[in-house]
This record gives sequence, structure tokens and C-alpha cells, in this order.
Amino acid sequence: MRNKLIIVLAAALIAGCGTTVDPEQAGAPVEDRGAKRIDGTEVKPVTAGDPMGAALAAVKQGVLAKRSVFFDYDSYVIKDEFKPLVEAHAKFLVANPHVKMLIQGNADERGSREYNLALGQKRAEALKKMLTLLGAREEQVEAVSLGEEKPRCSEASEACWSQNRRDDMLYTGEF
Amino acid sequence: MTALKRAVSALLLLALSLAAHAQLTIEITGAGANRIPISIADFSGEAGVSRAVAMVIRADLERSGLFRLVEAGAPMAENAAVNFGDWKSRGADALVVGSVAPAANGRFEVRFRLYDTQKQASLGGLVYVMTAQQARTTGHRIADFVYEKLLGEPGIFSTRIAYVVKSVGRFELQIADADGMNPQTALASREPIISPAWSPDGGRLAYVSFESKKPVIYVHSLASGSRHVAANFKGSNSAPAWSPDGRKLAVVLTKDGGSQLYSVNADGSGVVRLASSSGIDTEPFFSPDGQFIYFTSDRGGSPQIYRVPAESGSAQRITFEGSYNVTPRLTPDGKSMAYVTRNGGRFQLALMDLATRQTQVLTDSDKDESPSFAPNGRMILYASEIGGKGVLAAVSSDGRVKQKLSVQAGDVREPAWGPFSKN
Repeated sequence: MRNKLIIVLAAALIAGCGTTVDPEQAGAPVEDRGAKRIDGTEVKPVTAGDPMGAALAAVKQGVLAKRSVFFDYDSYVIKDEFKPLVEAHAKFLVANPHVKMLIQGNADERGSREYNLALGQKRAEALKKMLTLLGAREEQVEAVSLGEEKPRCSEASEACWSQNRRDDMLYTGEF
Repeated sequence: MTALKRAVSALLLLALSLAAHAQLTIEITGAGANRIPISIADFSGEAGVSRAVAMVIRADLERSGLFRLVEAGAPMAENAAVNFGDWKSRGADALVVGSVAPAANGRFEVRFRLYDTQKQASLGGLVYVMTAQQARTTGHRIADFVYEKLLGEPGIFSTRIAYVVKSVGRFELQIADADGMNPQTALASREPIISPAWSPDGGRLAYVSFESKKPVIYVHSLASGSRHVAANFKGSNSAPAWSPDGRKLAVVLTKDGGSQLYSVNADGSGVVRLASSSGIDTEPFFSPDGQFIYFTSDRGGSPQIYRVPAESGSAQRITFEGSYNVTPRLTPDGKSMAYVTRNGGRFQLALMDLATRQTQVLTDSDKDESPSFAPNGRMILYASEIGGKGVLAAVSSDGRVKQKLSVQAGDVREPAWGPFSKN
């Protein structure tokens, strides 16, 4: 993907500034973010003076270091006990509009994998909705689901399942 | 190469393939009520190659649960005179005989004939030219021939299956022959892989991979190993299902909020919304005639199976009994639907006759999921769990024939039975 892009760009440079780039090649990868990360070798440089770097340090401390919201069985409602945590993260997103968040919703293992993926999505979207109502920008937050695929606990018991019915919040640089 | 050397190399190949690691082993745990007694004689000629071919035919037919093997004794060529009275008294209703002879370029010519000993008649035979390495493939083809002649429906012994093996910190999407042999890894990843779906031509797999920290749909060409993203929109992308013509995928996207059904071309272009609900719509599956898309939805309060016309229209509810019915998968003839139902906290495989709406629970386990029909509609492959370990199991659509498929190395899940092979 990237090589292709480089070739297209190089071709454009060689041919001079007035050349139009082949729209088929240039237009395709808009939503193709995953493909660039297949080999996992991309390194994003962060310098000490970078505001992103400072922001990242902030989310590793205090209340912002807490990243999980847990749900009741068959429920997508953010419980009162997690509201202060969600408010703190919303406040941080408002104060740092260039920082993005990925919410990963999760479900316990019982039942169909794809249906559980949809349940995890519902949990992720419930949290995203609360964050945006508290001022975070829509495009700042992406809600996705890992379904039952990434359990925190792998025993077949309610104590364990309750840890798996959760949302995890990841910031730029962490996903 | 001398005959002896060839025989030795054939045996060596067989031993190697048996020792392959991460091999799926298949256990028969239930058989049909009326199994056809059949005898597969060793073929005359090259002893090593002949044994390899005959062993595959026997194993295939026996594993189907629809045949009972009768001891054959000495090798018999396809042109040998058959004493039908003798075979009837041994209890064999059918007999397969054949020969393996060296052919040009180190190849072998395999001939066989199938007899009905009751009618004292030949049901036909074929000739294959093969390399020693193709002994298993030839055995599967012959087993398919025998199966179709005696049961009147195509055999599935030459088909392939896909599944995911999970070991510590590693997920592998594997492809194996229908008997579990010859496993090959199509994709290895540190992140989960789910929902593999075969293209109707058997050349590609669509699946969901979490390698970029979120679910993204890929289409993967098996022969070349090349793949492309078919859907990677904001949010989750999952549950790919091929249209019968292989041009489109029905998928679940959350780009507009909520898990909803869309259609996308196999190359990732042309996204179109298929249905709308305020709840969850997921697990689409095309009816074999392409007219309908069956899917799971919680629009009525609990997850149930619905269908919509593929060219848009209103949804019709299909399941009504119970509070959890998911993962619709239609038989290749479109007449029945396998799905997963929850009975008192246990997730089991059920089959519905779509004309009468009569249902039958086929399994007696706790965590059955992801059913997939063999292309002849006879067996359903599904994921289950035994002693906390993920295994695959198969059950015939009458519930009688049962098989367990497991790997030593890890959990196996997310099975998908491939289509009939083209050649």
C-alpha cells in the first residue's frame, strides 16, 4: 500500500508538478487504515516538547490512568459509579482536541461470537455517546468492539464474566 | 525409479502426512442407522501406492457414518472376475476393486470399478493418472464416486475446511482437507481471527481480523496468499457472507451507529445499506438462490432470526420459540436452516424445516456455535467445547452421525466448510 503510494508520488514528482495523479490509485485507500499496519513496523516519533507527548504522560497518571468501565449482564448502561471517570476523560478530550480515543467494547463469552461483537459495540457506543454529550468531538472518539475475543479473565464464572463485560479506553499512541 | 523405491517413497509420504503437527484428528462418535456394508479390496499392482489409495477410500467412507467396512482379503484388480455369491455371503452389498500401474514420468495409473453384489452388476469405474503425492487426492475422488453411486448425492471427501486454531498468543487461520489432513496456515496473527467464509468458487476466504486493534474484513486469495481490505470503516466491520454469485459480501458495519447490514463489492467498493433497525442486526447469510438475506436481530427485544429480500424490502421474523436464536445457515438446497438456540443456558445446534417451521435440536452439548453445512447438505460442522477446550464437531442433518475434530496443540474454532472442488 505505502510502496504503491510512494511510487505514485515519485511518478508525479518525476513528471513535474502539473501532472495529475491517477485517480484510481490515489483515491482507493481512504478507509484503508488497517492495511498500513499489517506488519506492525510503523514507528511514530514523539519528541519531548510535543504537546501530544505531554498529553500522553497525563493519561498515564491519576484518574485518567483508569480506563475501564464495567457493565451488568445484558446491559449497555453506564453505571453511576463510573460517571466521575467518564467525566474526567471527557474533560481531558475537550482540553486536548488533537488527542483521539479508541473505545474497545467487550462481551462475555456466552453465545455467538458475532452477536457478542455487536453487544460489545453497543457498550462502546454507549460510552462514546456519554463522552460526546460531555463535549468530546464526534470525530475524536472511535467506538469499536472486540466482542468475546479478548477476555481479561478466562474462567467460566460470573466473577470472571463481569470483568469481560467492559469498555477499555485507549488514547492516541496506545492503539 | 524401481517399483520398490516408488512404493517406499509412497509409504514415506503417508507417514509424513500422518505425523504432521497441529493435525485435526477426527473421531466418529455416532453412526447412521442403516450403514451400507462395503468392501474395498487392496488394489493390485504397486503395493505401497495401492494401500495408500485404498486406506483413504476406506477411511472416508467409514468416517461418513453411512458405510460399514467388510474385510476384503487379497488385492483384486478392476478386471478380475468377481464371485458375487462369495461377496454376498461375506455380507458386502458393494465392492470396490482396482489396480495401480506405473505410467510415464514416474506417475501411476489408477483404475477402479464399483460393483453392486446384490444386483451382480458393475456401477462403473474410472481411470486416474497421478503422482505418488496425489494418492490421497485420488482416494478422495474414488470415495466421492462410490458415495454418489450408492447414495445418490455427491460426496464431500474432496472438499476443504477452514478453521481457526488458537494457541498461546497466536491465532492461525488454517485450511485442511475434509478429513483433517494436509493442514496449511493461510494467516497467522497475534490478534484474533473470526468468521471465515468461503467464496462460492472456493478460491478466496473472507474473514474478520483484529490485527489493527479493531475488527476489519479482509478477502484473501488462498493460492497466491494475497489479500485486500474489503471493509475498514470507522467502528467495527464484521460478519462477511458471500452472495451466491461471488461478487458481493453482506457485511455488518457500525459506521452509521449500531451494528447494521450492508452490501459491499468483494473488492471493497460500492457500499449499500441493506436493512435498518434501531437495535443489532448481524450474522447475514444469503439464501442459496440469492433472493433473501437471513440474519440475527434483537429488534423484537431478544436475538431472533429474520430475513429480508436481498433487493430490499421489509424484514420477516423466522424464529419465535425461545429467547436466543442466532447464526442462521441455510442448507445448499435452501430448504432447511441450521442455527444456534439457547435452552436453559445451554447453546445447542438446531435445524428448522423452512416450509413447515418444524425444528429439531441436533446436539446435546453446552457451547455449540458457528454452524457450517457441507456442500451436499448432509453434515453440519460446528464449534463446541469439551472440558474447557475448543473443538470442532460435526453432526448429520438427521442428528445420527456424529464426529469430533480436535487438535492437540490448542483450541480450534470458527469452522467453515468449503464448496465442492471444481476439478
